[in-house]
Amino acid sequence: MSSAPVASTDVVIGRSRRPLPIVTLLRATGPVGIASAVVIAAATFIAAFGWLLAPYDANLTNLTNTFVGPTGGHLLGFDVQGRDVLSRLLAGAWTSMLGPLAVVGICITVGTVLAVTAAWRRGATDAVVSSGLDVLFAFPAILLAVLAAAVFGAGLLAASIAIAIAYTPYVARVLRGAALRERSRPYVAALEVQGASATTICLRHLVPNIMPLIVAQATILFGYAMVDLAAISYLGLGVQPPNANWGVMIAENQSGILEGTTLPALSAGIAIVVVVVAFNLLGERLFENTRKGR
Amino acid sequence: MLIASLLVASFVIFGAMYLAPGNPISALSGGRSLPPDSIRVLEARYHLNDPFFTQYWYWLTGALHGNLGISIVLRENVSTLIASRIWTTAGLVLYASLLILVAGIGLGVLAGLRPGILDTSALVVSAISAAIPAFVAAIVLIIVFAVKLGWLPAFGNGAGLLDEIKHFTLPAVALAISSMAIVARVTRASVREESVREHVQTAISRGLPRRHVIRRHVLRNAAIPITTVSGITIASLIAVAAVVEVAFGLNGLGAYLVQSAQSKDLAVVQGISLVLVTAFVLVNVAVDVLYSLLDPRVALGTRAQ
Repeated sequence: MSSAPVASTDVVIGRSRRPLPIVTLLRATGPVGIASAVVIAAATFIAAFGWLLAPYDANLTNLTNTFVGPTGGHLLGFDVQGRDVLSRLLAGAWTSMLGPLAVVGICITVGTVLAVTAAWRRGATDAVVSSGLDVLFAFPAILLAVLAAAVFGAGLLAASIAIAIAYTPYVARVLRGAALRERSRPYVAALEVQGASATTICLRHLVPNIMPLIVAQATILFGYAMVDLAAISYLGLGVQPPNANWGVMIAENQSGILEGTTLPALSAGIAIVVVVVAFNLLGERLFENTRKGR
Repeated sequence: MLIASLLVASFVIFGAMYLAPGNPISALSGGRSLPPDSIRVLEARYHLNDPFFTQYWYWLTGALHGNLGISIVLRENVSTLIASRIWTTAGLVLYASLLILVAGIGLGVLAGLRPGILDTSALVVSAISAAIPAFVAAIVLIIVFAVKLGWLPAFGNGAGLLDEIKHFTLPAVALAISSMAIVARVTRASVREESVREHVQTAISRGLPRRHVIRRHVLRNAAIPITTVSGITIASLIAVAAVVEVAFGLNGLGAYLVQSAQSKDLAVVQGISLVLVTAFVLVNVAVDVLYSLLDPRVALGTRAQ
């Protein structure tokens, strides 16, 4: 009981002296990492407020404007149904970023729980978890998402869950290795001797210690999830038109390419590539830092 | 392990379709109401009243004999429908794999051995290329090579070997481009890592010819990470091929899978998924075998990290 106030001052001191852990992580990634983080922050902002920033109604069709090129008020021209491309691009950021966020949220949470449980219990639990994950390796993400669409119908939710399931073994394999290394370190044994419960040790000490690796994984996987989900939406099995989405925009406007109108499809493609490059570069640097720190 | 993986995978594929909402009788009849006699005939023919595991057993033994059921849309044997499309997908994946192995590894070795301007530009280009999804690559290639330059066709399978190669070139490049970049990056990094190691420096200082040092000491050791990443990326092409087939209007398994998923032609979805998962698992096994050949320390069944 007497230790409670000490612990709380400790937290206050720690907060006043050290910057937030996420800031420390970002600072260590160097100029490329910080630039990528800025791009990601901008994309997140557009995802949240894009529909407010959009100069026109993203769903306002006017077939007389079909594939009309850029004009004064319409910087990127019009799409297949005569809608303003820039507005659709801004409004489409929401579904394009939300899906990957859901995928990463699910697969990182489930993967971490499985990995830490397997590494902590070892023995039979580890064997069951590991062989269960080995079976999941047999399913490529896109195939699982197409299967999900066949069973549950096309939609962003089913596709996101399917892709999250397909990614989970990759998350769990990497984190299990890291958790096993942590498990065998002296501080864990010391805490066990002091009588700390397994849950406390895992949640308060083990998971925070592998957090940089978890963050690096989440960053890399966000990029992958964005590519896979955009592909599913491009195939017509994810976000359904007329909802704006970058993958859907490419599918809708592909017919314009053969007629020489490249901007509607190309701008959505560029949006995807820019965001994915940012996540890849930042993720790679975060990974390198976890290797250095080890 | 291979058999167990495939068994569980087949169980998942069958189970998912079994759980799919909708009445199989109305799917078979196309929504029309049937007289009770015909319903009874259909139920008997498709074992609809049998327990789940019995149905799974019928499906699995049928699949092993090449009988994957009947497409409710096209009213043809699923195995016939798959057989007529499988070579499009196989050809596309093989063509793309060849590009990845030749161009990806080639460029990676070149960049790894020659630091400088080429290396720096390769790093930048590959970082961007690695992030280009296959369908974005597809539209860019169509814009540049089919519409602007008019060199290669943008649509369809083509007829005759030369025409087919022409038709498959853009799809294969679209499919390969991000994997090519990833393989090139890993190759470059591992070649760079190996070429500064002590045994390589020793070999150079002993005056062995550079070509010999590169082949026997650098590439031999760098081959293991290169095999890992090539294997993973090539295996992933099997699923991504669907996207490229749709983008270029190729008549392959993946495009047909997507079409069947949309029309809820579940027998076809089951059949194609089974074929694709089997191919995916087999490629992974082939990579494992390759490891044990490259690195005698790796026992079969374990994977070098």
